Amino acid sequence: MVSYVAKRLFYSIFVLIGLSILIFTLTRIIPGDPARLALGPLAPEWAVERLREKLHLNDPLPVQYIIWLKNAIQGDLGESLVSKRPVVKDFLTYFPATLELVIFSTIIATILAILIGAVAGRYANSWFDNLARIFTYIGISVPGFVWAILLLFLFGYIWKVLPTMGQLSPGLPRPPVRTGMMSIDALLVGRWDVFIDHLKHMILPALCLSIGRIAQESRILRAGIIENLKKDYIAAAISYGIPERRIMLSYLLKPSMIPMVAVMGMDIAGSMGGSYIIETIFNWPGFGRYSLWAMLNKDLNATIASVMLMGMFFAIFNIIVDVIVAYLDPRIRVMERAT
Amino acid sequence: MSENLLEVKDLYVNYKIYEGILKVLNGVNLTVKKKEKVGLIGESGCGKTTTMKAIMRILPDNALIPNGNIFYKGRDILKMSDDEIQKIRRENISMIFQDPTAALNPVLTVGAQLMDVIKYSTDEELTKREIRELAIKALKDVALPDPERILKNYPIMLSGGMRQRICIAMALISAKELLIADEPGTNLDVTIQDQILRLIGRLVEERGISVILISHALGAVKGLVDKVYVMYAGDIVEMAPTEKLFSDPIHPYTQALFKTVPKLTGGGIPEAIKGRIPDYINPPKGCRFAPRCIHAMPICMKEKPPLKNIEDEREVACFLYE
Repeated sequence: MVSYVAKRLFYSIFVLIGLSILIFTLTRIIPGDPARLALGPLAPEWAVERLREKLHLNDPLPVQYIIWLKNAIQGDLGESLVSKRPVVKDFLTYFPATLELVIFSTIIATILAILIGAVAGRYANSWFDNLARIFTYIGISVPGFVWAILLLFLFGYIWKVLPTMGQLSPGLPRPPVRTGMMSIDALLVGRWDVFIDHLKHMILPALCLSIGRIAQESRILRAGIIENLKKDYIAAAISYGIPERRIMLSYLLKPSMIPMVAVMGMDIAGSMGGSYIIETIFNWPGFGRYSLWAMLNKDLNATIASVMLMGMFFAIFNIIVDVIVAYLDPRIRVMERAT
Repeated sequence: MSENLLEVKDLYVNYKIYEGILKVLNGVNLTVKKKEKVGLIGESGCGKTTTMKAIMRILPDNALIPNGNIFYKGRDILKMSDDEIQKIRRENISMIFQDPTAALNPVLTVGAQLMDVIKYSTDEELTKREIRELAIKALKDVALPDPERILKNYPIMLSGGMRQRICIAMALISAKELLIADEPGTNLDVTIQDQILRLIGRLVEERGISVILISHALGAVKGLVDKVYVMYAGDIVEMAPTEKLFSDPIHPYTQALFKTVPKLTGGGIPEAIKGRIPDYINPPKGCRFAPRCIHAMPICMKEKPPLKNIEDEREVACFLYE
């Protein structure tokens, strides 16, 4: 298993280097002078020129990239042109909030996808399955920001039951920042009221991030269940007299979940991408909103760094998913050992 | 009749598919007595497995049973509640599936599956240790070396012959009265297949249970069973004690079937039966074998010949013997 993970980590390095070259070049060749944008239209030309020099914008592209890469390896991703702080510091501030949101939406998505997919697959073509089918088509075809507007309208305007903006209700104290994830920070200081209030704030944005995933993942699970129900090993297990509940939970669900888990890695990364817009709509002070802001302002260092961070998490989530799939499917483990 | 363990009476099974209704079983009759070893032979696709799945009540959802009874010790399996059939499956009847690779769950260890079977095969509360010991014993009974290691293995790590033995071990645990063996060892090479058949024969003998051995290889059943049913396109066409069937087959289909077996002496390629198993959506009206039968008479096209007792322990469904 260690070599399995090591191999994948090794491959990811190449993916990340490729990604960095691509995004680096892209950000530099699109029109618009970042130095001028950063300083504003009223800044004198000499100041702009000095900033350009400082950012190495006058050097040839490969030289610029090498300089960037050298610094990046040492953990220095440059300074944000907008916040005027080191990009790394900005990320440490904003990223945990996004991670928290993505994790929360992943929990919601996984639980609901398994429940809906398993019941729909086991009782295929029942009323529940048909209902799930309708939900799925809508869930897959409607983009997250439409859900966001719809949910805002429903819960923020018609039934005012859930908060729609920010992370915490006014009046409650922000817990001291330790992990950056407010729910955990609140628990660390034992403030249940803050914890609950914060969770409530997370529900709507997390739902928006998970609806598409629930739809997709439950469909994949349903297909897996229907296919495996026809397998001889299920008929065999029944003929040995193993109770149905036991068969459903361990004989059927485990093999059926493999394809679903395999797409989850992509989906989690997709949620991080979705957070760009969802965080902006729900005013969630996270990394998505920060990155969107960076891109709109042609904040070079912040843009490159945010794309690289996305790429890194994409790679990490996929490695985690590969490990889970290998845990679920011994055939992969055996094959891995053989090669 | 009282000693009949299993009695399938006039069993019809249809499958609903997109193109229409497959009328597969066309009134199957067969009986298995206590401790009796019964063979069931016929071409692929003639309904052998469907009959057995009906007995276990594990037919797929698109199967319909318009008519028939399956009496197990006088009680109709088809009318039992889920709990009752569950108890029969746990304790009385079990089945060895055709393809051991497909019959073992690929994502669970052999131990997990085998121990589950043991755990649910009895009402007693067994401890984990007792279950484990029983599992090791079950693997030793089917002559598997190093059972401790096999318990930890996944099916993919084992050879085809080992998987087959594991399936036999699992089926035997809950087959305390009747074992159904659906073409065991068909996917294996001939020597291993022979070993597997002998193993089943020996274990069935030792435990004093009844067995239904399904095969399309005639020679395979010869030394192992007391009587043989011959099946063609969803009909039982002939039943006879093994020796008699092999020395003197009387149904035209059985006769033709024996001619297809390659012999060591004589040479030449055996004759194949002309034609193929009929279309189950629109099966022939009368005898289903009539279109391929060299003795076919006008009545064969109109009426279905009933399975009749023609002499002691011998039944045939053919108008030649009316």
